Amino acid sequence: MTTAPKRILMAKTGLDGHWRGPTIVARALRDAGFEVIMVGMVTADEVVRAAIDEDVDLVGLNIGGHVDVAERAIAAIREARPELPIFCGGVVPPWAKKRLEEKGVEVYPPGSQLPEIVDAARRLTRWQAD
Amino acid sequence: MSSAAPLQELFDRGRRGERGALARLLSVAEAGGAQAAQLDALCAAAAAPRARSIGITGAPGAGKSTLTAALLGVARNADQRAAVLAIDPSSPLTGGAILGDRVRMHQAAVDEGVFIRSMASRGQQGGLAQAASLGVRVLEACGWPWILLETVGIGQVEVEISGRADLVVVVLNPGWGDEIQANKAGLMEVADIFVINKADREGVAQTRRDIEGAIAARPGGQQIPVIETIATRGEGVPELWQAIVERHAALDASGELAVRRRARIAAELESAALSALRGRLAAAMAAEEGVRLRERIASGDCGIHEGVATLLGNIVRD
Ligand SMILES: Nc1nc2c(ncn2[C@@H]2O[C@H](COP(=O)(O)OP(=O)(O)OP(=O)(O)O)[C@@H](O)[C@H]2O)c(=O)[nH]1
Ligand SMILES: [Mg+2]
Repeated sequence: MTTAPKRILMAKTGLDGHWRGPTIVARALRDAGFEVIMVGMVTADEVVRAAIDEDVDLVGLNIGGHVDVAERAIAAIREARPELPIFCGGVVPPWAKKRLEEKGVEVYPPGSQLPEIVDAARRLTRWQAD
Repeated sequence: MSSAAPLQELFDRGRRGERGALARLLSVAEAGGAQAAQLDALCAAAAAPRARSIGITGAPGAGKSTLTAALLGVARNADQRAAVLAIDPSSPLTGGAILGDRVRMHQAAVDEGVFIRSMASRGQQGGLAQAASLGVRVLEACGWPWILLETVGIGQVEVEISGRADLVVVVLNPGWGDEIQANKAGLMEVADIFVINKADREGVAQTRRDIEGAIAARPGGQQIPVIETIATRGEGVPELWQAIVERHAALDASGELAVRRRARIAAELESAALSALRGRLAAAMAAEEGVRLRERIASGDCGIHEGVATLLGNIVRD
């Protein structure tokens, strides 16, 4: 019996920034053996609900400039599932990067390499596909 | 997913309506193995009221998720709680998957009376159907009265899964005459209701003629409703929901539903038994005795048939 694939929720919390980014990241994660659940553009409430109902092992937020929505989402996730790791991508201003990292959220700004993101997903979910 | 909570406790919490617990139980169902078997037994013992399960199937992009979301809206307006299992294929190469059905279900997704779960096929053929039907039983045990099963395609596996539902809605689009022609037998076999979604596009009348022609051509034909929808605008969706409710009630009243559920038990039993056998067979082949057996066949010591008998003996004995 091999272990079940880890599940990652991919959400966008900002209007600007493109869906292309998360889609490419999602493909790389799929190719690394992850199950990636896409939810598109969502509110904080929806991210939390999806994180619970889908029983994911990791949440990926594409921020696209809207740090406030992302922070609300992060706070809500922390309340509902404190143990759940979160990483962020997209357009993150430097001041926000620091703030997010202080909350234990890893940040992968535009230009981050896909293998780096995939490695982070493996590490954060403590999973190595066979 | 990791949880030290014993399954029984998790199950009780799920039955009390805790979303997180239900979500974990569904992960257990998906993972299969001993825990899933235990969960299966808990569901069987729970004696929950039967849920009504509706399969929603059709080719990629037909609008199944959009339609499912719109149906959730109508169901909620009618004060009905509903759960969704949206099943997508895993990549056969990497075992990974992109599950995109939720993207179309925003509004429903934050409603307390809705539970949406994405499921990947994880490559095992009979396994998917097993995980899906255990998923349905878990949702049923946790008190979800309606369960919508979204599956892609009209292929063999998808038919097998949607066949785990009480009733199947097949989603087509205008201009799909050739596909209807090519898949006539399969379509007629599974469909209880046809939907022509994207009815805002050209060719609706022709598609309706194609479907109705195929329905008429089939022997002993019961009437199958053909409903036009524009899922993106919710048009035709209340009519579809109405048709689902009525058809389900009619199947129940005529005794057909009971017949189908019996048939489902047979199918589930067979596929579960087959996958158990497959697992044991693989183990027996890999075991020392299996390796020796292959050597004996290779050296002409015994024939394939004798080998099979020995192997099967080993499997059943274990
Ligand atoms: N014009 C039109 N577009 C629609 C309609 N229903 C759905 N769509 C669009 O069709 C596309 C696919 O819709 P989905 O609901 O994702 O289709 P699906 O069958 O679930 O797709 P898969 O799960 O990928 O197989 C989306 O862009 C929808 O907006 C409709 O009634 N009319
Ligand atoms: Mg879909």
